[in-house]
Amino acid sequence: MPSPRYWREIPARYRLEGGRCPACGKVTYPTRRVCPECRHEGMEAIALSRHGRVVTFTTIHVAPTEFQMEAPYPMAVVETPEGARLMVQVADCAPDDVKLGLEVALEFRRIQREGRSGILCYGHKAVPAR
Amino acid sequence: MREVAIVGAGMTPFGELWTSSLRDLFVDAALGALRDAGADHLDAIYVGNMSGGQFVGQEHLGPLMADHLGMAGVPSMRVESACASGGAALRAAFFEVASGASDLVLASGVEKMNDGADVTGVLATAADQESEVYHGITFPGLYALIARAHMAAHGTTLEDLAAVSVKNHRHGALNPKAQFRGEVTLAQVMGSSLVADPLRLLHCSPVSDGGAAVLLCPLERAREFTDRPIKIRATGMATSAMALADRKDPAYLDAVAAAANRAYEMARLGPTDIDVAEVHDCFAIAELCALEALCFTERGRAGEATRAGETTIGGRIPINTSGGLKSKGHPVGATGVAQAIEIVEQLRGEAGDRQVKDAAIGLTQNMGGSGASSVVHIFERV
Repeated sequence: MPSPRYWREIPARYRLEGGRCPACGKVTYPTRRVCPECRHEGMEAIALSRHGRVVTFTTIHVAPTEFQMEAPYPMAVVETPEGARLMVQVADCAPDDVKLGLEVALEFRRIQREGRSGILCYGHKAVPAR
Repeated sequence: MREVAIVGAGMTPFGELWTSSLRDLFVDAALGALRDAGADHLDAIYVGNMSGGQFVGQEHLGPLMADHLGMAGVPSMRVESACASGGAALRAAFFEVASGASDLVLASGVEKMNDGADVTGVLATAADQESEVYHGITFPGLYALIARAHMAAHGTTLEDLAAVSVKNHRHGALNPKAQFRGEVTLAQVMGSSLVADPLRLLHCSPVSDGGAAVLLCPLERAREFTDRPIKIRATGMATSAMALADRKDPAYLDAVAAAANRAYEMARLGPTDIDVAEVHDCFAIAELCALEALCFTERGRAGEATRAGETTIGGRIPINTSGGLKSKGHPVGATGVAQAIEIVEQLRGEAGDRQVKDAAIGLTQNMGGSGASSVVHIFERV
């Protein structure tokens, strides 16, 4: 990934920043220029809660090249209390531990090493709430 | 708008076609369609293709394909909507003829997936790179998330999912163009290796090469080319949120439902009027979700209907008589056009062992990504 693209995505990836529509209250992750619900232009930045619950889940057995060393690994769609939904890996547990409705914390983690130069790419993963 | 008919169809077998290049696949399919109609010229060409650029490093397919068909000079361009590219190309060609701008238009689809590309990576570009692929999701993974949600909401079982694959292989075994012509058992499907839990290898469509093309003209000129024209009664398309996480109900394909509603409205027909349909079973769960979004079954009942045999040849509403993407193969850009060809053969009464008795009205449903785009067409024997 070219560095300007990576840099652009830092607010969402590092700070778990989403967008809230000042007109209708819709929350998205990451933020957008236009609200997908009411088309208001200009969403406000909002820091999402670092926890949520599992909406649906799977375990990836056949993984993309960058993630092959980690397979099999669980992934889930997680909804935060603000109503934002995120696609994340679920870490620090066995795949069988992931269930619908599972409460998870969203933790800052390394996501992948990218490209020939091995750039470290960060973001959030879910871990079962303790 | 003018009424539009399909007057010719041609397609390659689907499979690992090592001796054919991307352009060869297009030319073989296009020549087949031209010969079928006895046509010697074209006014325009649409090439449905998901990712020539990533699969074989080739873009700019419009002029390339026109040139290799011996028709340099003819307007020709590529249409892309991921795995719905073929359906989108058919829709574009339909409007060009319906508008009165052109009379003889080729709608084609082609994909060369077996040429050394990282197929998982290329297909993943049809998902959201920033919010989905970055975190390690795959296409089977996205449909596995849909499957889990469907199982939780409606009680769909692993047997229901496996029954889709068993049925489509049984149909595909009768199709000489199919990639996999062997039947599979419920136990084989449920014992195949895990790809993305709960989806296993035999729930997934294969990596395929292939081309497909149909020739469109105004219905009033159709008899110049064939005595069995098939009228395109309607086209419908819709989009939905790109990322699965952004959809209100991950178990419901709302773009399919919206595309279907538009097509039903345009045709002034409903789901009970359809005699035979080809739906986008890239994964077994996708067929179940499509059946519900097309209103062929009630919401949550598609698994039960499949196990009861309602969707087999001879059943209430035969689905994927070609073998579907699962057994016939899924060269992604070609699929939408190949679906139309199966319906054309059914409505012409030329489907051989797969023939649905007295089929007069048929439907195709083609889908891109995890359901972010969908194209539905309705066809009628005239």
